[in-house]
Amino acid sequence: MTLDELPHDAEAVVTSLDGSGPERRRLMDLGLLPGIAVRAERTSPLGDPTAYRVRGSLIALRRSQARGIHVEPGVRTR
Amino acid sequence: MSATGVLENASRLRAELPPDFTDGVVASLFDDADRIARRTVTADSRRARPALDQVLDRALTHRVWGFVVMGALFFGVFWFTIAGAAVPSDLLYRLLVDSGHSWLRGLFVDTGAPGWLTGLLVDGVYLGTAWVVAVMLPPMAIFFPLFTLLEDFGYLPRVAFNLDRVFARSGAHGKQSLTMMMGYGCNAAGVTATRIIDSPRERLIAIITNNFSICNGRWPTLILMGTIFIGSLVPPALAGLVAAGSVVVVAVLGIITTLVVSWGLSRTVLRGETSVYSLELPPYRPPQVWRTIYTSLIDRTFKVLRRALVMAAPAGAVIWLLSNVNVGGASLAAHLVGGLAPVGWLLGLNGIILLAYVVAIPANEIVIPTIMMLTMTLGSVQFGVQGGVMVNLPDAQAGTVLVQAGGWTLLTAVNLMLFSMLHNPCSTTVLTIWKETRSLRWTATATLLPLALAFAVTGVIAAVARLAGWA
Amino acid sequence: MNADLPLPVSRTSAELDTSGGGSCGSCALNNVANLEKLGLHSGRHDFVVALAGNPNTGKSTVFNALTGLRQHVGNWPGTTVSRAEGAYRHQGHAYQVVDLPGTYSLLSTSNDEDTARDFLLFGDPDVTVVVVDATRLERNLNLVLQILQITDRVVVALNLMDEAQRHGITVDARHLARELGVPVAPMSARRGHGIPELLDSVAQVARGGTAPRARVRQRLAPAVERAVDALAEQLVAEFPGLANSRWVALRLLEGDVSTERAVRDGTLGDVGRQHASRRDLVTAGQATS
Ligand SMILES: Nc1nc2c(ncn2[C@@H]2O[C@H](COP(=O)(O)OP(=O)(O)OP(=O)(O)O)[C@@H](O)[C@H]2O)c(=O)[nH]1
Ligand SMILES: [Mg+2]
Repeated sequence: MTLDELPHDAEAVVTSLDGSGPERRRLMDLGLLPGIAVRAERTSPLGDPTAYRVRGSLIALRRSQARGIHVEPGVRTR
Repeated sequence: MSATGVLENASRLRAELPPDFTDGVVASLFDDADRIARRTVTADSRRARPALDQVLDRALTHRVWGFVVMGALFFGVFWFTIAGAAVPSDLLYRLLVDSGHSWLRGLFVDTGAPGWLTGLLVDGVYLGTAWVVAVMLPPMAIFFPLFTLLEDFGYLPRVAFNLDRVFARSGAHGKQSLTMMMGYGCNAAGVTATRIIDSPRERLIAIITNNFSICNGRWPTLILMGTIFIGSLVPPALAGLVAAGSVVVVAVLGIITTLVVSWGLSRTVLRGETSVYSLELPPYRPPQVWRTIYTSLIDRTFKVLRRALVMAAPAGAVIWLLSNVNVGGASLAAHLVGGLAPVGWLLGLNGIILLAYVVAIPANEIVIPTIMMLTMTLGSVQFGVQGGVMVNLPDAQAGTVLVQAGGWTLLTAVNLMLFSMLHNPCSTTVLTIWKETRSLRWTATATLLPLALAFAVTGVIAAVARLAGWA
Repeated sequence: MNADLPLPVSRTSAELDTSGGGSCGSCALNNVANLEKLGLHSGRHDFVVALAGNPNTGKSTVFNALTGLRQHVGNWPGTTVSRAEGAYRHQGHAYQVVDLPGTYSLLSTSNDEDTARDFLLFGDPDVTVVVVDATRLERNLNLVLQILQITDRVVVALNLMDEAQRHGITVDARHLARELGVPVAPMSARRGHGIPELLDSVAQVARGGTAPRARVRQRLAPAVERAVDALAEQLVAEFPGLANSRWVALRLLEGDVSTERAVRDGTLGDVGRQHASRRDLVTAGQATS
């Protein structure tokens, strides 16, 4: 499952990132690395982007980006 | 060995490493960060999640309420600015323009200063400057603190979050809405703010369209037009609200123009993929109200005002000279206005307005003073004023002057508002664009495209209005 | 060792300071009166202090508190997009402070982040103050660790302590300092809390008073380590005086475009030369005075 499919208020753990180069790097610098828990917190009233809670910060990503982030849902983490 | 040698060696060494070794580099840093954080931070889980933030976000980015609040805030800020500025503006007029000017003039006459010197300094420089203070200071002193409060609260990124899709659709960067909002204070600041956009293509789009965020220098024009021409169409009880409404409508048209032009650019000369980006939504922070008011007054208001004054003083002199240097029986101003009149007519404006915009290239703030002064000295009805003197005019009287002496109609007012929103950026902004892009081509585009748009839009409206018999 | 410890010393002394007390040993010196804000002050200065950190952590707020200037502060990431300079005097020394745009990492992608990275890497500040958000320590530490790779003259300003407290987050600053090997000053810049402690830490590091522990060195895979060493050696030969050659080498191995460009068009070389000559000047100046 990819991050964009994560339902509202649900939590999941990142398993891998697609893509390469600066885009991938940028996501990783924000702390989106395999093993980290994310939570879909708010979706923009127009349907895109969605704000995810990552390591305590709220980060808005467009759907096209979230699609490149693979997650495993429903895992409770610390 | 050479620089290329280093690069070659680097790619050779890279080829020997596993392809995903960079991931390992990042991951190991985060592992350390994670480990250290775990050992040093304790979170009280009962208070761990900022609940208030979530409630606020639920409202401010709500499907319906998000937009209602956004519209209300937008309208509220403009309305407060317009309504709140009326009384102090009037006071400043009386103080600086009316009393101050005649006092200063008396002083000059008493000391036996030559007429031209009195004219140039008192009727030109002083009056131009005083006018700008009276027109600009009150709205800015209200707008900047209000805007800064919203900014400190953390609302601006939420606007970007709410409107992202609209901007994405028009091929613009998701952070363009932030730079657009900075443009409401000053377009030069808005252009500098585009550095947060990493893709050069989208940054150019943001730079070119920043002009359509109505900067502070342009509000006085909109407010005056809205008050004397639009507000007067409705019963007095509603006049203020309608006047504010008309300014908001123009501001919204500015946003629509931004989107349309962004769309056009991203489909033609600046074609390309919409780049990915991420936007961090900061926590809401209770603004420090008094400090915000104080600092935004000192920093933003006075900074912008100082700039306006630096521009207004010489402009005052130029206006005075234009209307007092005679060539072939008429003032320079009269010649210029006459020459620009046909174009002005085509655009539903007039020669005076166009001349005012030429004089106001350094700063939009002086458009209205210039128009008023030129209309009174060159208009069809004489007001018995000396050339070059700008007189204290409450709004109602200003309207009379413009209608009777300038032959203004509703079309003139509406087109002036649109022209004000669309026309070329001021010279400071143009310079900033040059500094940021280092490209003559893009600086020229950012200057001329809005101007062409202003001509096209006002021209079409004038033609349609005349054909339909409205004007 | 663990995080249940009460809030660290410097916070307590900040409170003492505001209440006018000065009873504890070192806080007698920790007086805000020691700070003379110099505003723009373009004159001579003894040390250069860079303010770095993630976006929106309060760098400009700290800058304003130190210099008395009024850089734009706003609650959104990206308020500062270019370098701003100011100065202050503390215990007889003049410090130049450089406020930088926020950045998530030293591998920048946008114009404003380039500004920050270039100054940190090649501007050769005497002290780098990394302003971190105490409520988001984990992500902020990522940048701190990156900066620690390029310099050990670092002070961590643990800002937004008031917010952390409100959200029930406690940070053991003393332990953090031990982990990182550099001074950590907890603070609430907006209220001016913790500024005296920050000044002291900066002064210590600037004058070489604290011997920073061997910097946290990133553990790289042995193969990567070897490649970095080889390339760094080559870089130093090519660009004498280049600071942070290992860091640059790692970026080249990663294929970082902007670093490659800097190598190709020689800007890296210029930076190295400036760096070297500036160091010479400083040593010469110290020798004569
Ligand atoms: N509660 C609280 N808020 C703070 C403190 N320090 C800064 N802030 C707020 O944090 C926000 C960001 O502050 P800035 O100084 O603009 O942050 P910055 O790091 O310069 O941000 P960028 O330039 O965008 O990277 C502002 O709204 C400040 O008022 C603090 O100690 N406590
Ligand atoms: Mg800043």
